[in-house]
Amino acid sequence: MKKTTSDRFSILIYSFIIIWVFLASFPFLWTFWGSFKVELDFFSISDWYNAVTGKNTFDTYNSQFTGAGYEGAWVQEEFWRSFVNSAIVCFFVVLTSLTIGTLGAYALSRSNYKYTFWLLITALIFRAMPPITLVAGYLPPFFEWNIWGILPTTIIVLVSINQPFTLWMLHSFFQNIPKELDESAKVDGCSQFQAFRHVIIPVMWPGVVTTGLFSFLLAYNDFAVTAMLLSDENRTMIPKIAAFLGTTYTEGNVMFAVAAVVSATVPLFILVMFFQKKIVSGLTQGAVKG
Amino acid sequence: MNLIKYTFLITSFLFFLIKNSFACEIKARVSVVGNEFPAIQTVGAGAKKCKGAEVKTNLTADHQKINVAGMSSEPAEYTSAIVANTSIVALLNNDLIRPLDDLVKKHGSKLKKNQLITINDKVMAVAFMANAQHLVYRKDILEKLNISVPKTYEEMLSAAKKIRTSGLAKNPIGGAYKAGWNLAQEFNNMFIGYGGKHFKGNTPEPNVKSDAGKKALNMMKSLSEYMNPDFLTHDSNATNAEFRAGNVILMNMWGSRAATLTDADGVSDAVKKGMDIAGPMTVGGGDIPASTLFWDGWTVAKKISDAEAEATFIAMMNAIDPSIIKDDKVRKQAVWLLDGYTPTDAARGVFAAAKMNTTPYPMLPYAGLMHSAIGAEIADFMQGKENAKKTLSDIEDAYRAAAKEKGFL
Amino acid sequence: MKHKTFFWFILPTFLAMLIFIFLPIISVVLQSIHTPHENVLITVENCDPFGCKKVTSIDHEATKKLNQSDPLGKFVGLDIYFDRGHLAIEKFKLIWNNSENIFSFIKSLSNLPFYKAVFFTLTFTFTVTPTMLLLGLLIALGVNSISKKLRGIVIFFSLLPMIVTPLIGSIILFWMIDSRGIIGNLIQWLFDDPNLSLKASTTLTWIMLIVYGVWHAIPFSFIVFYAGLQTVPKDQLESAKIDGANKFEEVIYIIIPHLMPLITFVTLMQLMDNFRVFEPIVGFSAEAHATSLSWIIFNDLGGETRQLSAAATSSILTIIGVIILLSPVLLRTWKDFKFKK
Repeated sequence: MKKTTSDRFSILIYSFIIIWVFLASFPFLWTFWGSFKVELDFFSISDWYNAVTGKNTFDTYNSQFTGAGYEGAWVQEEFWRSFVNSAIVCFFVVLTSLTIGTLGAYALSRSNYKYTFWLLITALIFRAMPPITLVAGYLPPFFEWNIWGILPTTIIVLVSINQPFTLWMLHSFFQNIPKELDESAKVDGCSQFQAFRHVIIPVMWPGVVTTGLFSFLLAYNDFAVTAMLLSDENRTMIPKIAAFLGTTYTEGNVMFAVAAVVSATVPLFILVMFFQKKIVSGLTQGAVKG
Repeated sequence: MNLIKYTFLITSFLFFLIKNSFACEIKARVSVVGNEFPAIQTVGAGAKKCKGAEVKTNLTADHQKINVAGMSSEPAEYTSAIVANTSIVALLNNDLIRPLDDLVKKHGSKLKKNQLITINDKVMAVAFMANAQHLVYRKDILEKLNISVPKTYEEMLSAAKKIRTSGLAKNPIGGAYKAGWNLAQEFNNMFIGYGGKHFKGNTPEPNVKSDAGKKALNMMKSLSEYMNPDFLTHDSNATNAEFRAGNVILMNMWGSRAATLTDADGVSDAVKKGMDIAGPMTVGGGDIPASTLFWDGWTVAKKISDAEAEATFIAMMNAIDPSIIKDDKVRKQAVWLLDGYTPTDAARGVFAAAKMNTTPYPMLPYAGLMHSAIGAEIADFMQGKENAKKTLSDIEDAYRAAAKEKGFL
Repeated sequence: MKHKTFFWFILPTFLAMLIFIFLPIISVVLQSIHTPHENVLITVENCDPFGCKKVTSIDHEATKKLNQSDPLGKFVGLDIYFDRGHLAIEKFKLIWNNSENIFSFIKSLSNLPFYKAVFFTLTFTFTVTPTMLLLGLLIALGVNSISKKLRGIVIFFSLLPMIVTPLIGSIILFWMIDSRGIIGNLIQWLFDDPNLSLKASTTLTWIMLIVYGVWHAIPFSFIVFYAGLQTVPKDQLESAKIDGANKFEEVIYIIIPHLMPLITFVTLMQLMDNFRVFEPIVGFSAEAHATSLSWIIFNDLGGETRQLSAAATSSILTIIGVIILLSPVLLRTWKDFKFKK
């Protein structure tokens, strides 16, 4: 009797998870499938079923699949340039964010003065500022100092805008690392920085990886900042994809955008697969609080 | 054999010489910001052909958000902005572009008089292409049902009714009625068509709460009943897609999009062959078409050295040299205002619009504020949430708040 | 930690935030209480390819003189905060006096752009946040109890809604929910109404945006909670089982209290992000039915004539809104902090 209820229970859980996985991945799988079709099939007005069978794709290319979107995006529109720019931006954003973020968050978690609380709260309020307003405010000085349009400016802005989130997340990780660890290191004659560098960071590694992944995602998916602060030869992937979409006066090439989106997801796939265990174990560290 | 070879060599050498003698030489930096559609890409590429100093272009759909900031710094990051009659206003309001009279005299011999945009008798911009919305329709369907090509919106409505009853299309009318800029543009067209004036005389006082305003709104509502129910989310991309799919039979569409409308992969032959264009329609018995004329042109920044301004002018003149329209592909990209341009088939609509004395979109310092206010307030009416009177007074209230903030009222 | 050491550790991150967030906020505050000087208008003759016409223009010489005397613009105090585009104090009073009951009051109020945006933003925030917390927790619990071999791949797929850029994700979803798209067709079939269109009705548009918001945010809460679950002490669960607690009681009395700090963190971030909802509105072209404060800012900055002061005011109102929204959570954090000391 007991066994059947638990069996039923696990059937329930499995079906729940299957439904969720389906809901979560369906739009992406649909996009992936559709990226090998022509626009009239993927965004089919006559019959959505065309997106599955590729009726018009077959009429045009004599095959149900076409790489035209990919060819257009990568060869004709040189999407790889944006790919390289994105790689540079993401790499430096993650690196800088984590460096200054761990230092700050460590200090905040190791100090018990009142001002640490207020600093954290201020950081949180800073995060409330809509990024579009911030970006509009950056434009005049950036042009004045002639630093508009280049990658380093964008990197610094992205790091700064995301610092509140990074600080909060890392702070919660540091709180769970026993203070005795750095105390004992200091007894052994280490300075605070040495204790941080040689004792705390190795223990914190999973937490840093997780926070890094979130910073990466923020930089990778950013549109508001990159669209406004980068000149067109320096564009990262997301504004480049937006540029494929066209404007009021002109037709865009939506299938280029769709193909580009699918290709832009590939490195993320690899990254998530690679860091999957780390993400979870990283957060595990942060969670040991209660 | 040798003879052919030599002739070939000599000719190519001659070509090389000719090309070089026409090539443009500049002595200072040029940096252009502008929108990114193909015609402007062509112009940008033309400017880049100049030798002697660096030519940079930044062509992006967000150009309006960065051109003011980029031309306000000292010296300006951009020496030239490519704008339209809607977007030049922001540059004029901030006093960021310079008069071009001297440069036109010195280097502008290839310009036609109607390319010069003058404000207070000073040339402030050089136009190179024109645009307007006009009728695009399916000739085959209209002929089949024995309907003549609509010349007025009233005729469009009755045609739509006939098409719907015939069962050939459920929602025969298309229009870029997406809430915001697009919807406001359609209102402007209709309002002007009914003889409305957006402002009282030459003041910034709003004047849409009028009979023309009410009629314009009601006409739009009647038209929308023959549109896809999602019309408030349809921009010109979506409307064109409906046309390509054969769902839309009659629509008011941008001239700049007519040439490539049916070029996409997989458009049926019926749509390809059946598509035709005509001039803009009038409404309510008026003579002025319910449409607005647009031009695109380039400007030269104020906050740069005279040498840079001259270089920019030379480079931009090279970019819009009348020879560019010899290329068939380029000629199809826009309705060019350049010397020697003969309208392609797709440009007939815009030419008809110009001939019918269509009103140009006003270059008023506060026109953009009015446009935003209309775009934000009109959606409630289109959904039947409020009546025309309320919507019109909402528009005026919203405009007043914005105009006060910008120091116009 | 000593003040001095603390200072050097915090300096880089503090400087970054000071320069790129704090200073802009100050300038935004200043901008929100100033407007440009009144423009001196003159009538001039303009010519374009289509003819010449007498129109109004700005007299730059005269306007410049005004600007030089006071470059910040004209001080207007809280005028912009109270104008029709924002708090609309006058209209608010008028509506308050003229409304017979609360429904007509809300209906008239939602005709004003600011309140219209606030109504949607609050509905969005208070539906999406709890739903995504609950579903995230359920999925985390579910994933935690399935076979270890499957977990990796399930986690991977669960992250997809967060990974695909909203810019394109919403365009594709927007197409899928079109009355002729796959989801739109499915819904028409489910409700047996071939004319049903999600995009044409305000209520359905709101529901659609909320569903998208939840879908997009679940991975965040899921991954955080899943990690938290790994650290629930085994002995506590064992002893609960011995005491005869069922699964449900286990979750309520052991797991949730244990996850509380994480729930606070996720709630804080989500309340803020949902209050600033923006991308789905643009992505789904939902402007006709739903707007948010961030959308208003975007709209003010994006027009042909940019309304900087209006955008600045909306930004400050957003910050104030976030502070009010978060205050209960912040109060709790403050108590925790004092307790810790």
